[in-house]
Amino acid sequence: MSTNQPDPNATIQSKTATREAQPRPVKAPDGKRVDHARSAKQFLNAPEHAKSHDTRVWAMRTKRDKQAHTIEEWEELRELASQIKTHTLTNLDTYLEQFEANAKANGIHVHWAADGAEHNRIVHEIFKEHGVKSVIKAKSMLMEECGFRHYMDSVGIEIVETDLGERIQQLDGEDPSHIVVPPVHKMRSDVARLFAEQLGSDPDNDDAHYLAGAQRDATRPLILDADAGMTGANFAVAETGGFVVCTNEGNADLSANVPNLHVASIGIEKLVPRVEDMGVFIRLLSRSALGSPITQYTSHFRAPKQGGEMHIVLVDNGRSKRLGMERFWSSLKCIRCGACMNTCPVYRRSGGLSYGATYAGPLGLILNPSFDLHRYSNLPFASTLNGSCTNVCPVKINIHEQIFGWRQVLAEEGHLPWTKKTGLTAAGQVLASPKGYRMAIKTTNSALKHLPRWALYNRMNAWGEGREMPSPPDNGTFHDWYKRNRLNGQAKTSAGGANE
Amino acid sequence: MSARDDILGAIRANKPAMNAPAPVVPNYDDSYPQDADGLAALFAERLATMGGTWHALTDGQGVDAALQETLADKLGKPFEEAVIASNVPEVAGNRALTDSDDPGSVHDVDIAVLRARFGIAETGSVCFTEAELTVNAVAYLAQHLVVLLDPAEIVTNMHRAYQRDDFVNASYTVFHTGPSATADIEGVLVRGAQGVRSLTVIPTPPL
Repeated sequence: MSTNQPDPNATIQSKTATREAQPRPVKAPDGKRVDHARSAKQFLNAPEHAKSHDTRVWAMRTKRDKQAHTIEEWEELRELASQIKTHTLTNLDTYLEQFEANAKANGIHVHWAADGAEHNRIVHEIFKEHGVKSVIKAKSMLMEECGFRHYMDSVGIEIVETDLGERIQQLDGEDPSHIVVPPVHKMRSDVARLFAEQLGSDPDNDDAHYLAGAQRDATRPLILDADAGMTGANFAVAETGGFVVCTNEGNADLSANVPNLHVASIGIEKLVPRVEDMGVFIRLLSRSALGSPITQYTSHFRAPKQGGEMHIVLVDNGRSKRLGMERFWSSLKCIRCGACMNTCPVYRRSGGLSYGATYAGPLGLILNPSFDLHRYSNLPFASTLNGSCTNVCPVKINIHEQIFGWRQVLAEEGHLPWTKKTGLTAAGQVLASPKGYRMAIKTTNSALKHLPRWALYNRMNAWGEGREMPSPPDNGTFHDWYKRNRLNGQAKTSAGGANE
Repeated sequence: MSARDDILGAIRANKPAMNAPAPVVPNYDDSYPQDADGLAALFAERLATMGGTWHALTDGQGVDAALQETLADKLGKPFEEAVIASNVPEVAGNRALTDSDDPGSVHDVDIAVLRARFGIAETGSVCFTEAELTVNAVAYLAQHLVVLLDPAEIVTNMHRAYQRDDFVNASYTVFHTGPSATADIEGVLVRGAQGVRSLTVIPTPPL
């Protein structure tokens, strides 16, 4: 088919297209602490990319709001989703057993993996038994957690990502920077360069239709020749022993339906009790994620197709442990929509790769520390605690409170970086004393007015590295104003006072 | 089986001790049209926003003629040369599908014609199971998908859809809402990502 000609009406490559190099934040080596601020700075050094990222991610948030506002019962749906997840998680053992029994009765092979390494070994065994050499795979954040693709590389089994965004990241040797839109940090000029190198497309054509078509044509033969297909799952239904996968490209359906062997990797927290529960979650998922009413494809797999074979690997990888954390267990309700990322001012301006982890943005702040507290000890500080993430979360996880909770854990367990520790100790002492606080504000305002820049903006002031300090108010502190206008008498309206 | 026992054991030891019953989920469809025409109109509107095409047959028009009218200029080849795989009696087609076909063998299909099990007005989705698909892969490997939908088989919303028994009985149940799509490259919406390039719904009761 030659229908992949560039659309002449779309923006075509050219002199006006950006040629800014793609920023590539350095990933922290194994065992080292991720330096989010430093990596974010590397991302921001490419201003066109930074602006494009911010705009695109915020556009998803805006579309989400529009969808939410069309549904009168939106807030009730969030509450129902949260309650269904609470019910499921507090009975998770029962529902997992029910799910397993039903899946087996339907002819599905069910495996259990304690961690990523065991998951990879189990899948490798299945592939060895079937002589699998090449695999087509749908996007799965769980498999990212497991380092699945790297493992398969090391044993010589070819994995082909079938989600366009994930394929872009695979070809570029990068992790996904967003759980729903893996290459959201890339501009189309970056994709044009990459596809020209990897797929032999025209390097001067960065029309998105042309590029998507080039990838479609290049991937189709790989889909037809694959020995096995893999998918994750958005939900697993205890009542039927089936699972649900949502995509916009139909690539999970290709992965599951073209080869005879289908392996699905499912996190144990993906359970819901009944088919009926899906109505709530499907109505929330894509509206929260991309601001579309539903994904183009919502696929329910309950049994292998005729002549086919289906395996499920149920993966724990830290989830059962997190279930026992009083402050953090409700993070297991997460349905991976990415709404909290799209709304987060820090995520929007730092790019997903700066988090150096499978999960970026607010959910990354609360999930990653439970995998490796030291490595991700900077992440809970990559937040303004504005609470916007909590407000958009479709399953009502108290994300910003958990971010704060992880800061407390980091302090309790001695993982705070030195400047934060000393700074916070001093702040704690000052804030505990009203007198001390007033003194400090006066001194600071005076310092901001009179100190030279070198004294204010240095290594000790991480906040000031990328930002200007606020200018001190001309008519003194709030306390001064309050003393003048409110203390000892009725309210006076003064020129400098607040509007009543 | 030790991983299984370890995981279930850890869950039993760790799960929050609270009594949290499963909530009752309302149907939330009081405000939907009560009649089939109203639901069909809503379905058509929502389908369009998801990139699908609603094609009502004109007086005396057969489904064959409708295929030609809606798809002839999208095939990149003369309509007469199109490979048409049909699972419906309304269209003869020129490529037979049987449930023993190798899934990859349907890669040359230009147009697949299927009947939907039901539709969902809320989202403009159509539902298939393996019974309607015969070869599941044809709904993705074909270049274009044409779907016959009985207007009497449109439910109001997702809650009603999930009350049907298809999910308990079929091996594979899928909602298609418009064609395959992606916005992974700089947010530009592209129809026809890995799957079908277009999806046309023709409202018509079964013969």
